[in-house]
Amino acid sequence: MSPKTLSLLRTFAPLLGIAALAVVMLVVAPAVLSPFRLNSLGKYTCWAIAAVGIGLAWGRGGMLVLGQGVFFGLGGYSMAMHLKLEAAGPDGVPDFMLLYGDGTMPAFWEPFRSGPFTIFAILALPAIAATVLGWAIFKRRVKGAYFAILTQAMAVVFATLLVATIQETGGFNGLNQFTQFFGYNLYDPVNKQMVYSITVVLLIVCLLIVWQLYRSRFGELLVATRDAEERVRFLGHDPANIKLVAFVVAAMMASVGGAMFAPIAGIISPSDVDATASIFLIAGVALGGRALFLGPALGALTVGYGRTSLSEAFPNQWTYFLGAMFIVVILLLPRGVGDLPRLVRSALDRRTSA
Amino acid sequence: MDALTTPLLAGTASGALLLIAALGLSLTFGQMGVINMAHGEFLMVGAYTAYATQQVVTNADLSILVALPVAFVVAGLLGLLLEVAVISWMYRRPLDTLLVTVGVSLVLQQLAKDIFGAQGDPVVGPGWLEGTIPVFGYNWPLRQIFTVVLALGALTALAALLKYTSFGRRIRATVQNRDLAETMGVSTRVVDRITFFVGSGLAGLGGVAVSLISGTNPNLGRAYIISAFLVVVAGGLGQLKGTVIAAFTVGVVTAYFADWTSAAMAQVATFALVVLFLQLRPQGLFTVRTRGLT
Repeated sequence: MSPKTLSLLRTFAPLLGIAALAVVMLVVAPAVLSPFRLNSLGKYTCWAIAAVGIGLAWGRGGMLVLGQGVFFGLGGYSMAMHLKLEAAGPDGVPDFMLLYGDGTMPAFWEPFRSGPFTIFAILALPAIAATVLGWAIFKRRVKGAYFAILTQAMAVVFATLLVATIQETGGFNGLNQFTQFFGYNLYDPVNKQMVYSITVVLLIVCLLIVWQLYRSRFGELLVATRDAEERVRFLGHDPANIKLVAFVVAAMMASVGGAMFAPIAGIISPSDVDATASIFLIAGVALGGRALFLGPALGALTVGYGRTSLSEAFPNQWTYFLGAMFIVVILLLPRGVGDLPRLVRSALDRRTSA
Repeated sequence: MDALTTPLLAGTASGALLLIAALGLSLTFGQMGVINMAHGEFLMVGAYTAYATQQVVTNADLSILVALPVAFVVAGLLGLLLEVAVISWMYRRPLDTLLVTVGVSLVLQQLAKDIFGAQGDPVVGPGWLEGTIPVFGYNWPLRQIFTVVLALGALTALAALLKYTSFGRRIRATVQNRDLAETMGVSTRVVDRITFFVGSGLAGLGGVAVSLISGTNPNLGRAYIISAFLVVVAGGLGQLKGTVIAAFTVGVVTAYFADWTSAAMAQVATFALVVLFLQLRPQGLFTVRTRGLT
């Protein structure tokens, strides 16, 4: 092969990866998996969407986001509120409000009756929240561990708030029992598969977005900021703006993942969005390879699958696996399992040259 | 009068707990740049040590006094083990250390669940801590006063250690300039290990105090760790006074907000205030001045 075709191949290799992923998830998986397993795969796909964003912010931007559950939750709860109102019918009130309260609906629920508004909110709410927090943090050059702690504190606060507002958000139980998804009956297996397909398409869209971002000048600046923030500043760029964009995009992707999680899982509750859930999101990214293109998504799918199958087989030991995975992967393979081929290759090179 | 003094005194007690938890964190963070997310689990270990001690020394009046040094050593040794086995392999990778210790904290929580059960166990308080003392018309429980005394005692001991002993001088040298300290013959490796031991041991002490107030619980660490980190962030690194002021401020302010609104809203407000405060002082309240860029 000539060098030109080789470099062309390298540029578009990510696209080949996406295409392979699309074929497997859109064609093969629905054909071979039972509806129940396909639904589980849909859940992992939602986590993978959030993981793609984490790969952007953490892998390429160096910002350890320990609170992505918040944005996952903003999207998830927005969608769940809409689905809840759809199930309640026009002018209806969600069932749990009659159970825990006097049946009056808080005013902030009202706009979520509208489907278009809900979709707008799923994108706008995390963007606004991430912009406000990111602006406050990055402009004052708060970074590194401080940033990580603040995002995790945000997740703790968010979950506490949800648990405390049982009349407004369902509290500890969260929101569940959705019947309709934008007019489609959720009990119909055909519609369930449609929701799954939409989720996979969204994952692919997110992958295409980060592919373009990584190729762009912005992607270069982001990596430069991660590796030497002060030098970027001396070159006349404001690292705060660069990081802010990555953080906001990551937040929106987490929100999209959360929004699809609600109809697929049939529930969204504080335990899906709290600090532990946020750490779980990070786990997949660390495993797959934070800075690799497909690493975060594949890692999240693997960890999601591992969580289901391991907690089926050993209900109590799953936490040990997760904890041990963190320790082993980050200690020994900081760039993730996806980095193994490179490590093996360089080890072989060293042997042949020696 | 009651509405003003009750949160003040209760907040002081919870601030004291935060202080014990945050002292160790700020020590290790300031010196090594290591964020130990398993620090909360050392509190839990301290609480379970108090519980276990009580099974051996059944006299409740005595067992707490025995538990204090035992918890210090147990939590300290666990911290030392963590430092030697994991953290010392990854200096210069602070964010990765943070994640590895998250894994450690998950494992420790699950261990506590498997050994002691998911339900917490009560720790019987000593007789001499029953009762209250009226302060400004509020009956301040002796257990809360005990927490404050313990925190101030630990603080005094730590401050004296840092200021007057040669080991303390070596710690301060390492915090201010690690490379220079090394060239002066300070073994920063040894200093790091002992600092980690002391910092984790302090968390063990805090755990004993927590066990008197809320018993033991596998998730006990999680409840304190984030607030303790917010205290460290707001207080600034490398100096004790920032941590002290921040701990009591966070404790008291949270208590007032909890009194006016609810416990959940108080958490929201405290978080918002810390972020706002970082707008004014991004490095926290006090910090060691350097000419470095970062």
